[in-house]
Amino acid sequence: MAQGELSTQHILGTKYLTTEDINLIFETADHFKEVINRPIKKVPSLRDVTIANLFFEDSTRTRISFELAEKRLSADVVNFSASSSSLKKGETLLDTVNNILSMKVDMIVMRHPAPGAPMFLSKHVSARIVNAGDGTHEHPTQALLDAFSIREKLGALRNVKVAIVGDIMHSRVALSNIFCLLKLGAKVKLCGPPTLMPRYIEKLGVTTTHDVREALQWCDVANVLRIQLERQDIKYIPSIREYAQYFGVTRKLVDSLKKPIVIMHPGPINRGVEIESTVADSPDHSIILQQVENGVAIRMAVLYLLADKRS
Amino acid sequence: MARGKVILDGARFQLTIERLCRQLIENYGDFADTCLIGIQQNGIPLTDRIAQRLRELIPEVRFNYGKLDVTFYRDDFRHREKSIAGNATVINFLVEDKKVILIDDVLYTGRTIHAAISALQDFGRPAKVELLAMIDRRFNRHLPIQCNYTGMAVDSLDEAYVKVEWKETDGKDCIRLFSKMN
Repeated sequence: MAQGELSTQHILGTKYLTTEDINLIFETADHFKEVINRPIKKVPSLRDVTIANLFFEDSTRTRISFELAEKRLSADVVNFSASSSSLKKGETLLDTVNNILSMKVDMIVMRHPAPGAPMFLSKHVSARIVNAGDGTHEHPTQALLDAFSIREKLGALRNVKVAIVGDIMHSRVALSNIFCLLKLGAKVKLCGPPTLMPRYIEKLGVTTTHDVREALQWCDVANVLRIQLERQDIKYIPSIREYAQYFGVTRKLVDSLKKPIVIMHPGPINRGVEIESTVADSPDHSIILQQVENGVAIRMAVLYLLADKRS
Repeated sequence: MARGKVILDGARFQLTIERLCRQLIENYGDFADTCLIGIQQNGIPLTDRIAQRLRELIPEVRFNYGKLDVTFYRDDFRHREKSIAGNATVINFLVEDKKVILIDDVLYTGRTIHAAISALQDFGRPAKVELLAMIDRRFNRHLPIQCNYTGMAVDSLDEAYVKVEWKETDGKDCIRLFSKMN
């Protein structure tokens, strides 16, 4: 029988995964995608595993997606959100987590506003950690599901040209996507206003542009990101209206390219800002809802493979 | 790995497959409402061979053919020494009220079959489930599971290992007995 084991104990970022790990996650997700399309969408694999979802930051899609993935693997699930917790009473992250682990929790899915929080935790606790987004750093499962969706749509990732358009500086999706796509042999171009483009980002092996038309003309796939106003402490762009005018992906722009292009968005969408509704809803271009479906399969694969990982 | 001792090959191997097919025909007639489900991965070549022979023997036969992967249903998940990668499940029909013939190469502890029966429930409630295995290692069972159709019974020590080899993948149809799994 074929063997498959991840090289890592935790999923902290796509930076720390090998190409073999990513391919193993994709192959396992293929099987789980078949499972979630059955009349009974559930397998008993994780019936003796307890998973805590710790969300120190708001989330809708990721949280529901993880919870569904856990339930479809038959894991026991406990949920925690920062707004209703003892954090408000001054407890530290490590104390909170250690208290939860005392209740015999095997795995932790964590979203946290501080970059590196899951890495810190992984060094201090025995449970497996899955990063569900740490500040502006990484969001590995989103990048995996993005790459999985491109693979599903175009057949492979090698030499596929992917443009990532938007607020690159504050986007954990952008950074995780860059690491993941480059490991799979894709080519990546970043596009955004100069103020939202991190300096020296080209050192990662990507190219950059400030012209959205040039980026779209070049690419096979455009991953459009939201402007993360909640993470911006100063004004990086004059106005949302101006951003929409210069960097918005509009129907007119997409039609004028005169070539097939796949449009992706990790959500939440700000319609009329980074992407026009007619593009986001276009069945010819958009795979946004397929991304959401694939998210459950990818998260099932990640949780399954981590649970099976020997210490 | 040492080559192992051949315990079945050549004409006797083909005759065993032929006998299994004829036993199925005796019990299932025209195979109405019947499905053959091979267990991934090692049950698939045997299922292919049986399906092909049944179609030759009764050209008008119609049965559903599926492949079932039991990896995610195994009771030894997180207890095995090494992890096992999943395989594709291809069952494009419901087994509700159908007669199911589960097919695997070797029936050993019975745990794979136990997992397969659990997995099968997710595709409906079958009217009846029977088990066909090329090899029945009848004294090594962990669970009260028995074969309905057996190619050959092999009585061996627990540490022995039986492998079914196929012309398509291994170059020759034969069954080998290894004294120790390495």
